Amino acid sequence: MSPAPVREDFREILRLVRPGSRVLDVGCGEGELLELLTREKGCDGQGLEISTKGVSACLARGLAVVQGDGDRDLDHFPTQAFDYAILSKTLQQMREPKHVLSELLRIADKAVVSVPNFGQWRVRWALLAKGRMPETKALPDPWYSTLNIHLCTLHDFTALCDDLNLRIDACAALSNGKPARPIDPTRAIENWRAETGLFLLSRKSDPTTAAPRQDLFG
Amino acid sequence: MSEAATATLDEASGGGTWRFPADQPLRLDSGAQIAPLEVAYKTYGKLNADKTNAVLVCHALTGDQYLASTHPVTGKPGWWTRVVGPGLPLDPARYFIICSNVVGGCMGSTGPASINPETSAPYALAFPVITIADMARAQKMLVEALGIETLFAVVGGSMGGMQVLQWAADYPEKLFSAICIAAAPRHSAQNIAFHEVGRAAIMADPDWRAGAYELAGVRPDKGLAVARMAAHITYLSESALQRKFGRELQRDGLSWGFDADFQVESYLRHQGSSFVDRFDANSYLYITRALDYFDLAAEHGGVLAQAFRKARDVRFCVLSFSSDWLYSTAESRDIVRALNAAGCRASFAEITTDKGHDAIFLDEPALDSALRGFLASAAEKRGLA
Repeated sequence: MSPAPVREDFREILRLVRPGSRVLDVGCGEGELLELLTREKGCDGQGLEISTKGVSACLARGLAVVQGDGDRDLDHFPTQAFDYAILSKTLQQMREPKHVLSELLRIADKAVVSVPNFGQWRVRWALLAKGRMPETKALPDPWYSTLNIHLCTLHDFTALCDDLNLRIDACAALSNGKPARPIDPTRAIENWRAETGLFLLSRKSDPTTAAPRQDLFG
Repeated sequence: MSEAATATLDEASGGGTWRFPADQPLRLDSGAQIAPLEVAYKTYGKLNADKTNAVLVCHALTGDQYLASTHPVTGKPGWWTRVVGPGLPLDPARYFIICSNVVGGCMGSTGPASINPETSAPYALAFPVITIADMARAQKMLVEALGIETLFAVVGGSMGGMQVLQWAADYPEKLFSAICIAAAPRHSAQNIAFHEVGRAAIMADPDWRAGAYELAGVRPDKGLAVARMAAHITYLSESALQRKFGRELQRDGLSWGFDADFQVESYLRHQGSSFVDRFDANSYLYITRALDYFDLAAEHGGVLAQAFRKARDVRFCVLSFSSDWLYSTAESRDIVRALNAAGCRASFAEITTDKGHDAIFLDEPALDSALRGFLASAAEKRGLA
């Protein structure tokens, strides 16, 4: 059996993650990315997944996975337990994206986060011309059944990163089936063009000066 | 290992009774000691040359060492033949599987029915109160006596899961992986309350004789049966009971009396009366007490994560059942959060089932596949073929 072609966003994440690092994949699904990270980059991976189906699939693959909710369960991980925390295309489904983002960068030194860009021209056009909620490749579901409750544009996202004192170490535009394209997410043109933005984030402040959380044990 | 230690083996599988000499007592949490200590156990499979393939399976409250072999009293198959056997997640072709009767039990390990060397009569209530940690300590003595330095895995459900947690807290250096199924890090008020009902039923039986029934040549079977009936309800979910029995009657029409009119009554009576053939009432008192005393966080300054702080190299798998209200998913989550907080490598899955706590022992393919996946990957990491 030949392996299925690697998804473009996974390929980009594999490129960004340092070999042999400790990785937490939040919303790891059936563990495809974790398995790639383990196999190809020698990473020590841990998944967090809400669905029973996903968790069973991960266990069957021999991955370490915790059935849980990214909105609630990140609080229980200790500070800087991982080198990378990955959140692929699910931030917009979180009840508290801001809290989740800051938690990712408490738990890990770096975060890899991808978000669909609600500022893309197709989205703007759908709303402007048709007056209907956009349905695009990146946002395929109608408004009444989508899981996306906190959509944002690339500029919204970079503003949130500023707000949280996060540094954008790298950013790439992803669109279905095409290779990732490095971009400057603060440029207006990219806020029009990119279908999805993939960000590598780190804390601006020196992590060693941040007081370790003492309330985690308990 | 002392030369005075002896083991008897039977043919069907490995195992027997390990008799520790009197100078190797089991030191209990209460401060008391048990000497001489006997631990009855079964083994399946062969220990490999590196001694890296040993798996300890810890049994539940009313379980025993007859994990995958015919029970000598009931003649029924072992209690975990769904999981232990050729081609199953715990395959004797791959692992050396050990299961021992807990201290305080009644299937060969030293318990309240054993002879007290000081009086040459059964201990009865002179038997010291034991804890889950004491059970784990006795298991550790057995494992060491068998010449095993490190266990590939310690596995258990319900009370067995609590022993798994205790192993992780007390002897993490002896574990490569740990599987805790449908357990809790402490006994809740509700758990203790149900056990108190069971103990009260036993003690209310006039044949209990303040525990000294054996000398009197009687048995508090009625009390023990009621204890089992009450406990058995907690092992099933409301929906499973409804599905199995509903309001179905035993016969056409009501008896207008107190016979077992409903099928669920008949079922519970059967559970109670068959239980007394294979279990000792005083053992039931002592083991339920051990469960009630279990509070792993309390042993570590009230902080559960502290219990696991030395277990960072152990690979954990925690499993719960969605309809288990005895030791619920919420309690397994507490365990997982503490493991995460302690920086341990943990997997956790809630298995969706309506079978309640008893799902540990029942046909639950999702449990099998979770165990299979976790064990296979751990075995690969351990270098087991």
